[in-house]
Amino acid sequence: MIRNLEHFFAQESCGWCTPCRDGLPWVERLLIAIEEGRGTPEDIERLHDAARLIGPMGRTFCAHAPGAIAPLASGLKMFAEDFQRLVSKPTPGTAESGAAGRRLRRYGPMAKIVIDGREVEARTDVNLLQACLEAGKDLPYFCWHPELGSVGACRQCAVKQYANADDTRGRIVMACMTPVTEGAIFSVDDPEAKEFRGEVVEWLMTNHPHDCPVCEEGGECHLQDMTVMTGHRERRYRFDKRTHNNQELGPFVKHEMNRCISCYRCVRFYRDYAGGEDLGVFASHNNVYFGRHESGTLESPFSGNLIEVCPTGVFTDKPFSKMYSRKWDMRGAPSVCSNCATGCNTIINERAGKVRRTLNRYNDEVNRYFLCDRGRFGHGWVNAPTRLRSAGYVINGDMTPVPAQAALDHFGKIANAGKLVGIGSPRASLESNYALRKLVGEENFSTGMAEPQHSLVKLAVSLMSTSAARIATMQEMETSDGALILGEDVAATSPRMSLALRQIKRTAFNKAADQARVPHWMDASVRTLGQDTVSPLFLVSPTVTDLDGFAQDPIRTMPEDAARLGFAIAHRIDDSAPDVAGLTESEAASASRIADALLAAEKPLLVSGLQYASAALLQATANIASALAAKGKAPLLSFVLPEANSMGLALMGGLSLDEIASRAAGSTLIVLENDLSRRLDKAAFDTVTGGAANLVVLDHSVTPTAIRSQITFPSAAYSETDGTLVSAEGRAQRFFQVVYPDAPLQAGWRWIADLAQAAGFDHVKPWSKLDDLIAEIAATLPVFARIPEAAPSSDYTLEGIPLRSQTHRVSGRTAIRANISVRDIPPPASPDTPLHSTMEGSYGTDMPGTLVPFYQVPGWNSEQSLNRFQQEIGGKMRGGDCGVRLVEGIANAAGSYAMDVPSAFAPRAGQFMLLPEARVFGTDEMSMMSQPIADRAAPAVVRVGGAVAKGAQVRLSLNGELCTVDAVSDPSLPEGVATCPPHMVSRSWSTPGWVSLEITAPAERIGTESAV
Amino acid sequence: MTGLNPEKQPLLALVNRETPLDPAGYDKKGGWRGLRRALGMSPAEIITEVTDSKLRGRGGAGFSTGMKWSFVPKESSKDRLKYIVANGDEMEPGTFKDRILVEGNPLQLIEGMIISAYAIQARHGIIFLRGEYHLGLERLQQAVIQAREAGFLGENILGSGFDFDLHVHPSAGRYICGEETALITALEGRRANPRAKPPFPQIGGLWGAPTVVNNIETFSNIPHILANGTEWYLGLSACVDGGTKLYGVSGRAKRPGVFELPLGTSLGVILNECAGGMQDGYKLRAFLPGGASTAFLGAEHADIIMDYPTPEKAGSRLGTGLAILLDDKTSPIG
Repeated sequence: MIRNLEHFFAQESCGWCTPCRDGLPWVERLLIAIEEGRGTPEDIERLHDAARLIGPMGRTFCAHAPGAIAPLASGLKMFAEDFQRLVSKPTPGTAESGAAGRRLRRYGPMAKIVIDGREVEARTDVNLLQACLEAGKDLPYFCWHPELGSVGACRQCAVKQYANADDTRGRIVMACMTPVTEGAIFSVDDPEAKEFRGEVVEWLMTNHPHDCPVCEEGGECHLQDMTVMTGHRERRYRFDKRTHNNQELGPFVKHEMNRCISCYRCVRFYRDYAGGEDLGVFASHNNVYFGRHESGTLESPFSGNLIEVCPTGVFTDKPFSKMYSRKWDMRGAPSVCSNCATGCNTIINERAGKVRRTLNRYNDEVNRYFLCDRGRFGHGWVNAPTRLRSAGYVINGDMTPVPAQAALDHFGKIANAGKLVGIGSPRASLESNYALRKLVGEENFSTGMAEPQHSLVKLAVSLMSTSAARIATMQEMETSDGALILGEDVAATSPRMSLALRQIKRTAFNKAADQARVPHWMDASVRTLGQDTVSPLFLVSPTVTDLDGFAQDPIRTMPEDAARLGFAIAHRIDDSAPDVAGLTESEAASASRIADALLAAEKPLLVSGLQYASAALLQATANIASALAAKGKAPLLSFVLPEANSMGLALMGGLSLDEIASRAAGSTLIVLENDLSRRLDKAAFDTVTGGAANLVVLDHSVTPTAIRSQITFPSAAYSETDGTLVSAEGRAQRFFQVVYPDAPLQAGWRWIADLAQAAGFDHVKPWSKLDDLIAEIAATLPVFARIPEAAPSSDYTLEGIPLRSQTHRVSGRTAIRANISVRDIPPPASPDTPLHSTMEGSYGTDMPGTLVPFYQVPGWNSEQSLNRFQQEIGGKMRGGDCGVRLVEGIANAAGSYAMDVPSAFAPRAGQFMLLPEARVFGTDEMSMMSQPIADRAAPAVVRVGGAVAKGAQVRLSLNGELCTVDAVSDPSLPEGVATCPPHMVSRSWSTPGWVSLEITAPAERIGTESAV
Repeated sequence: MTGLNPEKQPLLALVNRETPLDPAGYDKKGGWRGLRRALGMSPAEIITEVTDSKLRGRGGAGFSTGMKWSFVPKESSKDRLKYIVANGDEMEPGTFKDRILVEGNPLQLIEGMIISAYAIQARHGIIFLRGEYHLGLERLQQAVIQAREAGFLGENILGSGFDFDLHVHPSAGRYICGEETALITALEGRRANPRAKPPFPQIGGLWGAPTVVNNIETFSNIPHILANGTEWYLGLSACVDGGTKLYGVSGRAKRPGVFELPLGTSLGVILNECAGGMQDGYKLRAFLPGGASTAFLGAEHADIIMDYPTPEKAGSRLGTGLAILLDDKTSPIG
């Protein structure tokens, strides 16, 4: 009878919390064994333990398991003899023999807000688990996450709560679900709580594969750490494990479901936090499955975060897997992602001279806990065969390696023949750009950006620095209560920003939570209460975006009309702003609605960008900000820029590519880390590259520009050198090398100093270290006066000792080079980074946030150890966060308005307005040279507003190139409008323009199978 | 059911499992009296009356029904969206009482829900019925349609100004849906995981709105309390709490089934007088007094008073009130 009942209860478990999901099936199997004569006295002990540990209220999430235990506990007592009769003596030497009974000792703390007798000042807006961790008290947990809040599923964080000083019994509560209240008394070390926590791990272990030695998570596995922390060591479960089939989830993430401990973090991050839909939880009881409805590439561009969010090895880094190394064996360095202008902080890991993977590096104000997939998987190009690893002469399109000195000498000869002209790059560091500018002179230096990008970035910077609005950090965006995205597909141009914007809706739920007196960290409850809340996010965009579902009634309209709407909104806020004539009724109504919402908000936020190359959009957005400020509000402003150092180049100043083109004729043209074929149409590209007397290219990878050159010099990639980038937010941040490259690879700015020396130019003297160059930039260009503060200088020490970049357990220092030479050599060194290349050095949770090479503290080997580096979990790093703002708005700026309202969009008969379709994967230069990103990128397709037969293609002329592309009909676009991904069809095309589209019939297809 | 006295066995008296009463037939037999009286009272008065009648939840938890209703925010149904939900997910092994009510006299449940909705001022009601109860589903859906056509559901019920309508929702499966927060989550179309409290459903339940969930038997008592009054209801029982209880037994009794008796009847009466005692050759060894999730009591408790406090004192619970019997020939382990 009891087995029958327990089978029912085990099968009917919903699968949410550990004791019920993993404890009841074990109970059932024990009962079956006993019933069939295979039971032992220790099995009866285990049943008693289960009754004792699962039965009392509070151990599990609901009353289901306590109900299951009622007949078990009473039956064990009442039918003790029946049980005894069925069991046999234990077999000596097996897991079942010698099980020790555990005596409970009383432990009673006697003070207020006490944790195990220690008076602690704990914050009241956090849960008790977080308070314990912040007090330095180790308490194991799984399902709680600082950014995802508490749900109480895993039951790992059980502690004893006492009603008052006289209560000596206490009751077990889950720390993550318990608020911190004045006078509360808790115990973490209480034996009953400890035993229960150990038991939770034992329940999780019943099904967990014992494959630590071959599991990639090993060494940075949260489950390993928590198992050790609870002291669970002996396996007593002797029955079968449940197993699962794995799925193919795409080029980024590997799937190994047998390791799953059902903490539900993955689906909470993927669905609730990141808005993804194709990852879910299936089935129930201890058969719950986390995956897709069928194998297939995960659709969310944040899928890579699963790797860090999953506490075991269910989701692991697939590209890293192909060149795997243990965490403790890799060198780490703090870096900054350069695949867009957002400036997310990263940690890059290296072993044997190769970058292995990219991880998130916490920055309280920028990316916090998460990265996008382009950033996480876009580094592969640094190891790719497309790297330039030696100086070379290009003769008839063929690159011939030559010794660096020979190339320098050759440069020395040609440099004095004519004028030196330099083209910098928004994907190169500030330092390298500055060095080039110094070499060629201000009047001969180009930012490397073509029009209209060059002027638009300058306009954006100008608007930001003269606005009365504050430039928003991404963290601030999350708590805005009234936001407008005007004409930009942020989900594609700055995915990490779109992730922050999604949290606007979650923040809005907090009002409903406050009314019901539910704390904000109780995530599931807050989401329940906030269901009806209308999103305070407005979105105006020509195309469908991933944020549409999060916005209140997204408005679909062409860029000009979006700008007009923006101007109209500004006017309705402050009528000194210019009005817009000729609005339709619906446009006017939208403008009023949005204006009212922004005025009612306490933290209004305006976002726009450069996707549609529209100055009007930027001006309209700035007008709204000025209008709000004029009405006494404190608006936040953000412009999405295209490249990692777009902002830096705009601040540095220089000519546009178009302006420099004329100067370049007949000159010695030095191009720094810039592929001009992506910026200039074919004719202009040929003119510039062909018209120069000599073309010298410094780059880390082969590009069409490098192939046109006469001499190339291999500059170090971001992972091999150190420097500064300025993000779209105006934040100057330093990146540091993790690889110490073989000669002749070196930083671009070092090459430039060498070029100067080779040519006998005195005005550029070599800089012996990066700090010297940075100091010079700061002294020479006032806008960069603060960049030395972006990170400590290379002589930084922690308690008198320089920092180390490897863990103490790193292995193979000399063995790795044994194939080259068995002789010991001094470890690699660089004067540009404060981090030592070896395991010798200092390390601590107080180290500067800008210099963290990896997260690890004793007992916490996974990314959870980040908790210890933060003053308050989810708050600032103890050692300070990264970067320094170079651009701020001007508080109390007089409201000056742009007055040029554009005309409404007017379609042209026989032509299409072709708009750029921003993409996370495919349109960015360097990330597309990384294999996983190339695999992930969908083929280029032209989307047409209007009917297009299945399998048809379009022929069109883009920037002077005749292109044939697969075409598909897109009902969300108006007739006469089409989209095309920039740089994927015509290498240089990225700006909206009128085109003639010749739609060809499916029968006339060129190329292989249709991409659609 | 034949042979039952509506004054003593109100819940089952009008149950007819072949042909349940339609609204007119129900009216003739004394139905709708409770509703008519209730609509002339204020919601607060109704809550007081139900509280004073000492009706405790019949689904197993035994919480005071009137007190549960008193936690709901008091705005009128026109000013605030609220829900009333009947928990008909009867899946506790050993329990089969609610099935008889929905198959045999669905209008009694419906009348009870209308009165309860009026008391807490909810505009919408949902009956969450176990998916396997196909006949019950049919009967309920038909009864709802009939009630609507006769003016007992919809707008301005019986001219009172109160709008209320019911929806019947068959469960897609799984026992956990009987847990009230999991039930609510299932109604929202999501996985039926239970929810943490706070918020309690009365404050933030179905789609975040105030929600009261009661058992079907609990709702079925309401029309009778309102029709006949608190004193009468208290007089029905044999203990301090009010009303009758649907009791029953399963296992090796001669006549397992459901019986309506005063709350506080002893198991001896239920088993021996109503169910005919144990089958020949079998002796009672132990029993689960209120279904699978209550603790065993031994045969020495065979005469235990089946009210709320007494089984608890003995180490178990009343639960659903339907006992599972363990005889002396069946292995307790297997």
